[in-house]
Amino acid sequence: MKDTDIKRLLYTHLLCIFSIILSIFIPSFFLENFSILETHLTWLCICSVFVTAVNLVLYLVVKPNASSKRSSLSYKVARFLKCCIYFLMSCFFFHVIFVLYGAPLIELVLETFLFAVTLSTFTTVPCLCLLGPNIKAWLRVFSRNGVTSIWENSLQITTISSFIGTWLGAFPIPLDWERPWQVWPISCTLGATFGYVAGLVISPLWIYWNRKQLTYKNN
Amino acid sequence: MRLGSGTFAACCVVIQVLGVALFLRGFFPAPVRSSSRTEHQAEPPAPEPSAGDRSNWTKLPPPLFRKVVIMLIDGLRDDFVFGSKGVKFMPYTTYLVEKGASHSFVAEAKLPTVTMPRIKALMTGSLPGFIDVVRNLNSPALVEDNVITQAKAAGKRIIFYGDETWVKLFPKHFVEYDGTTSFFVSDYTEVDDNVTRHLDKVLKRGDWDVLILHYLGLDHIGHVSGPSSPLIGHKLREMDSILMKIHTSLLSEERETLVPNLLVLCGDHGMSEAGGHGASSVEELNTALILISSAFERKPGDIRRPKHVQQTDLAATLAIGLGLPIPGNSVGSLLFPTVEGRPVREQLRFLHLNAVQLSKLLQENVPSYTKEPGFEQFKMSERLHGNWIRLYLEENNSEVLFNLGAKVRRQYLEALRTLSLSLSRQVAQYDIYSMLVGTVMVLEVLVLLLISIPQALSSKAELEVPLWSPVFSLLFYLVFLVLSALHVIVCTSAESSCYFCGLSWLTAGGVMALISALLCAVVSALAKVFADGRLLRKNPAHPKARWSELDVLILLGTLGHVLSLGASSFVEEEHQTWYFLINTLCLALCHELYRNCFLRDDCEPQPCSHVEQGLVSSEPALSDGNIHCNVSEPHRVSKSPTSLDTLRGYEKWMVLASPWVILTCCRLLRSLNQTGVQWAHRPDLGHWLTSSDHKAELSVLAALSLLMIFVLVQRRCSLTSKVAMALGLLGVYCYRAAIGNVLFPWQRDSKDISKGVIEARFVHVFVLGILFTGTKDLLKSQVIAADFTIKTVGLWEIYSGLVLLAALLFRPHNLPVLVLSLLIQTLMTKFIWKPLRHDAAEITIMHYWFGQAFFYFQGNSNNIATVDVSAGFVGLDTYMEVPAAFLTAFATFAGPVLWASHLVSFLSTETHSGSALSHACFCYALTCSFPVSAYIILVTSLRHHLFIWSVFSPKLLYEGMHVLITAAICVFFTAMDQTNTKS
Repeated sequence: MKDTDIKRLLYTHLLCIFSIILSIFIPSFFLENFSILETHLTWLCICSVFVTAVNLVLYLVVKPNASSKRSSLSYKVARFLKCCIYFLMSCFFFHVIFVLYGAPLIELVLETFLFAVTLSTFTTVPCLCLLGPNIKAWLRVFSRNGVTSIWENSLQITTISSFIGTWLGAFPIPLDWERPWQVWPISCTLGATFGYVAGLVISPLWIYWNRKQLTYKNN
Repeated sequence: MRLGSGTFAACCVVIQVLGVALFLRGFFPAPVRSSSRTEHQAEPPAPEPSAGDRSNWTKLPPPLFRKVVIMLIDGLRDDFVFGSKGVKFMPYTTYLVEKGASHSFVAEAKLPTVTMPRIKALMTGSLPGFIDVVRNLNSPALVEDNVITQAKAAGKRIIFYGDETWVKLFPKHFVEYDGTTSFFVSDYTEVDDNVTRHLDKVLKRGDWDVLILHYLGLDHIGHVSGPSSPLIGHKLREMDSILMKIHTSLLSEERETLVPNLLVLCGDHGMSEAGGHGASSVEELNTALILISSAFERKPGDIRRPKHVQQTDLAATLAIGLGLPIPGNSVGSLLFPTVEGRPVREQLRFLHLNAVQLSKLLQENVPSYTKEPGFEQFKMSERLHGNWIRLYLEENNSEVLFNLGAKVRRQYLEALRTLSLSLSRQVAQYDIYSMLVGTVMVLEVLVLLLISIPQALSSKAELEVPLWSPVFSLLFYLVFLVLSALHVIVCTSAESSCYFCGLSWLTAGGVMALISALLCAVVSALAKVFADGRLLRKNPAHPKARWSELDVLILLGTLGHVLSLGASSFVEEEHQTWYFLINTLCLALCHELYRNCFLRDDCEPQPCSHVEQGLVSSEPALSDGNIHCNVSEPHRVSKSPTSLDTLRGYEKWMVLASPWVILTCCRLLRSLNQTGVQWAHRPDLGHWLTSSDHKAELSVLAALSLLMIFVLVQRRCSLTSKVAMALGLLGVYCYRAAIGNVLFPWQRDSKDISKGVIEARFVHVFVLGILFTGTKDLLKSQVIAADFTIKTVGLWEIYSGLVLLAALLFRPHNLPVLVLSLLIQTLMTKFIWKPLRHDAAEITIMHYWFGQAFFYFQGNSNNIATVDVSAGFVGLDTYMEVPAAFLTAFATFAGPVLWASHLVSFLSTETHSGSALSHACFCYALTCSFPVSAYIILVTSLRHHLFIWSVFSPKLLYEGMHVLITAAICVFFTAMDQTNTKS
């Protein structure tokens, strides 16, 4: 049933990974002394722009939820605006959570916020692309046995692995190695990126291994 | 024998306390110290021994040297001076060593090879143990008897340039100093230039007696690029030129005054091949020590090889060189070559002084000192010395006198060597045998606890403890015999002193019997588990219980915390681990709440039923995990929809908001007290509040906090304790106002600051009163079995009594910690635990986590320095050991204790199943004993780590104290449980 689907999933994910790799190498052609660690904020911006762009393009090209009915332009614009608001809200939400976890409240605000933006691009943007601005659907996908397609399944896996990556990324901060990447929020952003990439790699493989057991309600 | 799981757990923890105590005793050997260190001023120096006639020489001998310059080069390994590097890069020093007027030694440092303990060893001559750090908690200054203090008392003027550590150790001793921080390891020129720039000026001036220079550059180079780096050569050359400068200046001065000066070149520790230090390799232990003085003249052709000596010998030598009494705790012996040029009578006098000091130290520390060979030798040489004096005073034949003198000298040197050796053996080593016995006990208990998880957390909460059968089994006797034989062998062959061997035979036998009984119990429990496992495999119909996300988080969090204890930074910053964990816990709870709230309205049967299954899984899982426990509690299975459905309107909103409120509270508390090491210097609210400019704000905050405490606590108290609570909290404010922490509104300036003894005692009376009322209610509930509410009121009263005591002992800026802890407990009880119906095990572990986090919210850390010792003096006129220790311990561990007592009161109020309390007790015991056991093993394997004394040992003490408190809590749990089952 879904071998072609899984293949498409794999290709889209490879494209996403490719976009992250590009975001590391392309800027060094245009910007002088660009490096991930030293000009971290620039990289964060570029990376989130790249990932968002690739996600949008893929969404428009692949159209994973093909069942969406025809609708007027105004509806689409409203939906897009709603998505933007959701995205901003998720950025603020993550920012608040980071502060609750102990990020400094006043100093390094820009760093913390950009980190929140990056994490939102890794998690919220795919959700918005796939599910639209619909909280109920999100809650459904992120509870046990709530997924209805391999796209949602992979979404679940990548999102959770980004969160876990971020969570684990905070571990090296208290260590006294005095490395440049232990500074807030570099280790966490790197953790989030690795988590996201790992999720992108793992999810097609996992779905492929478990394709016999996976039965979705709508398929 | 059938035991309730609570009782079983309490017994286990008590045994564990014994094990940990034994381990600690082995890990921290009692330091060798003289008891008369405070009155050493009054004590006259030992007079010259004389047989019959009175010698008239009872004063201390005069100083041998006029000026002393100590040039300490950090990390000066012996081969940097005596090896090929020394020949190449330090020509002047090599010349002095080989041909000049000097004595050179290879001084062996003891562990830990880190600068501060080494400075202490050089100046006190003692071997600083870790317990010393604990004994003088408040002051980093060196209070032990030492050469610097003696020199200052004798009116010597001391100048110091170099490492700041000295200034911290001797804050008021130097007439002039310039400390350099050794923080920036990558800097190796500036640190030394800072010292050298003073040199020219100081050497020209004549107004000092002792000059101490501590050069850090060499050590920094070692840390950065290792001992074979070319930079080492440059640095050694620089040091050589400095040495030459000092030496020539001293020599030119001597020409005028004709009294010899002394120049000491030494290292504090060596440098490993990798460039670091702290451990026990030969390169780290061996340091160079050269004494240069024109008094040490030698004839040409007199080749002196560097002799191996102890680093501690320098203190005694310096003291004699400067004409001071030898520091009381010194275990070193005089470096005899330094006095070789003096007349025989003086030589013997010096040796005698040293031997008297050492033998006195031996008498105070070794009970059977008369049997020590060193002591016997000392007595004999003293007698001979007396004879020699008599001959000398009679002006006898010089030949006989000379021969006898040589003999006495030989005897003395021998005695000194033996004495010094047997003294340093007392402290230098870990007492591995005691540590091992303690570890075995702790581990056996842990294994027993782990094996009995499934049984203990079953619905009956009882377990069969195979206690009597092993006592009569063959295995028990065999193990007992083998262990006793081992004990005898170890104790008779042991070279170093061993605490466990020093115990009486009966006690040791008891411990051995305990160990073998535990071993038998473990074996039989294991056998039973295997038998059960086989049975289970035969009927595979056993349904598998699913773990909820929360259980996974709890399990992983506990394991992760235990693993993190292996890294020194994670131990230093342990508070970060706990804050991180409770934040994650709150978010997980939040997730669970939201899912329950929203998805239920959605009428999606599939996910809901799964959630339900995860939450209320009713099968006792035979899991091998240490904490996960799906307890079947009948009342929960019966009503499957959670009570979230019954909540309406405002309550539902409160449920949804409560995790965020809790998270915000935690964030606020986190910025109240910065602890740990890396970020400890950051500004925090606590410092802002305690600064004298913000006294008004602090007063308002304290008053508000006390009011809030009353509001939060009073709701479930009886009327009498309500009144007592109100008066008590008022008394707390009065107490703080009396000692000048806070202000009354009508009070403009705080002129009359008293100790506030009366106010504090006033509060103590109310604390005791509330505790007494609570106990009375509990007893009453036992008699009148029907009345359940009396018991809950009683438990709550005990809890509120503890809160009042904590409010009295906490510093005023920490009162918000207490308020927010009460607030979080209330919110959790009302809006999270009750609606979600977690089982007793989960609730226990959440309480434990929050308790740990609050331990750090209070401002504690894993460093001994953060213990608030002033809490021990609240309400006491003078220092009384037992109440002060109790109060300090309670104030330090208030967080865990309050959360544990809240747990008792919560469980006995909210759940009506009889087994909840014993499950809770078991889980609490397990979650506490797991980190302790793991940490003991970690510390044993890391005992040669660089940070063992600075990071791991304080944490070990905290863990030991924590186990003790856990044992007390578990006993309290069990007592409550007993009353429960009776009623």
